[in-house]
Amino acid sequence: MVKIITKNLNLWYGAFHALKNINLSIEANRITAIIGPSGCGKSTMLRVFNRMNDLTEGVRMDGEVLIDDTNILNSHTDLVVLRKKAGMVFQRPNPFPLSIYENIAFGEKIHGENITRNKLDEIVEKSLKDVFLWDEVKNKLNESALRLSLEQRQRLCIARLIAVKPEVLLMDEPCSTLDPQATARVEELMRELKSKYTIIIVTHNMQQAARVSDDTGFMLLGKLIEFGQTQEIFTAPRDKRTEDYITGRYG
Amino acid sequence: MERHIDQELEELNKEISRMGVLAEEAIYKSIEALKNRDKDMAKSVIDNDVNIDKLELAVDEKCIDLIARFQPMARDLRFITIGMKINTELERIADIAVDIAQRTLEIVDKPLLKPLIDIPKLAVVAQNMIKMSIDSFVKEDISLAKKVLLSDCEADQLRNVIQEELIEGYMVKDGTTAPRAVQLLLIARFLERICDHTTNIAEDVIYMVQAEVVRHHPEKL
Repeated sequence: MVKIITKNLNLWYGAFHALKNINLSIEANRITAIIGPSGCGKSTMLRVFNRMNDLTEGVRMDGEVLIDDTNILNSHTDLVVLRKKAGMVFQRPNPFPLSIYENIAFGEKIHGENITRNKLDEIVEKSLKDVFLWDEVKNKLNESALRLSLEQRQRLCIARLIAVKPEVLLMDEPCSTLDPQATARVEELMRELKSKYTIIIVTHNMQQAARVSDDTGFMLLGKLIEFGQTQEIFTAPRDKRTEDYITGRYG
Repeated sequence: MERHIDQELEELNKEISRMGVLAEEAIYKSIEALKNRDKDMAKSVIDNDVNIDKLELAVDEKCIDLIARFQPMARDLRFITIGMKINTELERIADIAVDIAQRTLEIVDKPLLKPLIDIPKLAVVAQNMIKMSIDSFVKEDISLAKKVLLSDCEADQLRNVIQEELIEGYMVKDGTTAPRAVQLLLIARFLERICDHTTNIAEDVIYMVQAEVVRHHPEKL
């Protein structure tokens, strides 16, 4: 089932044309990787899906971005609802300087109405269990989240997203600050989560894209050069520019 | 931009070419031994096989090393994995040369059953196919790979001619010729199998260059 479609999507930062006529279709319950050299527009593209670019001055977009057939570029889109539906995990894990419990409960407190403590406890437990963090932190829920390891913090951030029941997880280099073992655990978590969410990951690490994703798009200078099943992109890309990039000839 | 892996791939290319040369040479010598009733040459083919086996292991090891160290993608990945497969095909071709040399040793002391005409012809076809298939790999030349695939018919036809002549012309008419005729039949069969290995190489080369699987898909050729 198609979850996200972009039609003739263009984005400008002032005079700079950052995304050029992007046409893309992202399937639900799959992991889609966006790869490409620095400055190619992949993070910009990711931020389109929850309108994070709106926070940048001078940004302008045209075309359509349909999530579940609704064009999120419409001026009347409720950005709070959109960002609940399509949550983002950043490069550096960024838990709030609050307790582990409060980090998870935070979103629900904002979005939820008159939620009981018991219900909140349930949500915290379930979210932490979904990211396999529960057993590690269940006895220290009131300790500061900043005392967790980097990898635990990243999983906490994912749990914080999950707590508000999103449908799309946007991950911007989620493992770039993690060591290989921690990276492996986050990747395993992504595989576990994909049955429930549509996951889009931006990564510089091609081995990671190859390992973890089902579909891959290659971007260059604001254009989507090639999009297809990961297996095909990494064994037999159709476009020479994709081939040159993934074999390290680009540049 | 030259990459570090480019040098390594170049070396791998050379080593696989070397495997091809050794396999081709083994076939040539095994047929020369048969034609000239040369026991020493037949034995040298058998003795030299150990060197081909060693090179096969070295090439495999290099491929695994490159995969582990460089995590190759796309064309690089296809080159290395296909290189491994071709390496195996060539080692098997060399093993068949040993089989031919062993059959030769079986009949070399017995009277010549018949003048050898078609078996050397088939051997030439097989050698050409080995050479073309290796060249197609080294030069990444699809047209050469396709020529190899087309040559297989000629090899099959020659094998059928040899088979019919030996069975109908000798074994059926005179049962006492069977022990020598069977050895020649086996040699013809071995040569035809070599040609089959070269077509595998050619199909692999097409995949390596075009990323299109033609193996088991003759309609794609």
